Amino acid sequence: MGRRTPLYDLHVGQGARMVDFGGWDMPVNYGSQIEEHHAVRRDAGIFDVSHMCVIDVRGPRVREFFSKLVANDVAKLRESGKALYSCMLNDAGGVIDDLIVYFINESFFRTVVNAGTRDKDLAWMRKVAAPFGVELTERTDLAMLAVQGPNARAKVAELLPAQHRAAALGLDVFFGRSFPMEGGGEWFVARTGYTGEDGFEIMLPAVDAARVWNELNARGVKSAGLGARDTLRLEAAMNLYGNDMDEGQNPLESGLGWTVSFENSAREFIGRKALEQLKAAGLTKKFVALVLDDRGVLRGHQKVIVAGLPDGEITSGTFSPTMEKSIALARVPKATGATVQVDVRGKLLSARVVKAPFVRHGKILVS
Amino acid sequence: MSNSNIPADLRYTKSHEWVRTLADGNVEIGITDHAQGALGDLVFVDVPEAGKSLKAGDTFAVVESVKAASDVYTPVPGAVVEGNAALGSQPELINSAPYGAGWIMRLKPAGAPAGLLTAAEYQAHLDSEG
Repeated sequence: MGRRTPLYDLHVGQGARMVDFGGWDMPVNYGSQIEEHHAVRRDAGIFDVSHMCVIDVRGPRVREFFSKLVANDVAKLRESGKALYSCMLNDAGGVIDDLIVYFINESFFRTVVNAGTRDKDLAWMRKVAAPFGVELTERTDLAMLAVQGPNARAKVAELLPAQHRAAALGLDVFFGRSFPMEGGGEWFVARTGYTGEDGFEIMLPAVDAARVWNELNARGVKSAGLGARDTLRLEAAMNLYGNDMDEGQNPLESGLGWTVSFENSAREFIGRKALEQLKAAGLTKKFVALVLDDRGVLRGHQKVIVAGLPDGEITSGTFSPTMEKSIALARVPKATGATVQVDVRGKLLSARVVKAPFVRHGKILVS
Repeated sequence: MSNSNIPADLRYTKSHEWVRTLADGNVEIGITDHAQGALGDLVFVDVPEAGKSLKAGDTFAVVESVKAASDVYTPVPGAVVEGNAALGSQPELINSAPYGAGWIMRLKPAGAPAGLLTAAEYQAHLDSEG
């Protein structure tokens, strides 16, 4: 038996097919992952992401702590509620995890890290935190729901007290805010997500999670599982830790160069020196998005064959329900051109390199 | 493990195929409700061409879902009469109607099928697999 979120009984009661995900018993689908995927692109879907780890960090030197801890620059966070996506690197420039940091005030930042890496992340963060005197609190009292799709925010707003609705709907992309709820407790509502659609991620008291899920179902928001979550994020070309990058990979060769900020030369974030050395020596690989026009499905670990160059590797592959063809992310030699071959179950199929993302806000962006 | 549908009038294999004997003596083969649920939404199905000769245990089709690809085996030797052409554009028929419109192949058997399980035996097999 794996770890269970506060919504486990609800998932089973709705007939979800459950799987082990990083030691957690999670729903992979509630019938059809393709239908759940389409519901998110066209309307609204809800995901249980309570297995992820919410960590509140408090103390007068919290900003300095994050400035060192993560590769993106929290100096970008000046307005309360603003969020930042970043990698957390080790001294060799390898990725320990990817995460989101929210600036609440100068003594309080919140961060959300992946479920499978939570123990490792907490241990690392506590070690780095020691000289800064900040306090790290794992918020195990909270559940987290991701409500995503063009109609998602409106449906969530219906559940908020009337006086909060305008403020919630007024949240800009990548901003979050705390809303005190009737009868005590509060919701932290953030306009973030992992699907390429608009929507909210809500951190709320665990005791309220099932009731809120049922209320959203009643408003037409479709229960959606990890299967749909994976096809949605891959269409949006969003990385998955453990597949697209891990401690053995640097962000610059994982499509995450845009999340590393070197701008402030005085900021000595962990991993900076290693990345600068790698850049000086010349990166040898790049991260590309691939589309397979033939029948077949690209999958992680398949070999990518590039004429005259060493083999590359698919890091994440799937079938795109929106495009009705297979898509993938891959790490390949830097000189790779516009087409590659992929060894798909013993057959060499041709795939073309495209500009990511594949799909955003319901629209196919690649030809 | 949720209960899957196992029609009493069909026969089954341990590898999750079902076999239906048709009025003309041919057999129809597909994959079970348990198998389609485990695979998830199917996206590609490669069916065999008419005339192909098969031995018992041969792979006659490949079904690919978002999650994984899986070989489908015939427990019956014979010659392929037809593959289900509808699966080319509607692989999801296997998910929605695994024993009906989702049939994969019709075969003229070269011998009597052997070692097939009854519905009760297949259920017991599923229970033992956990």
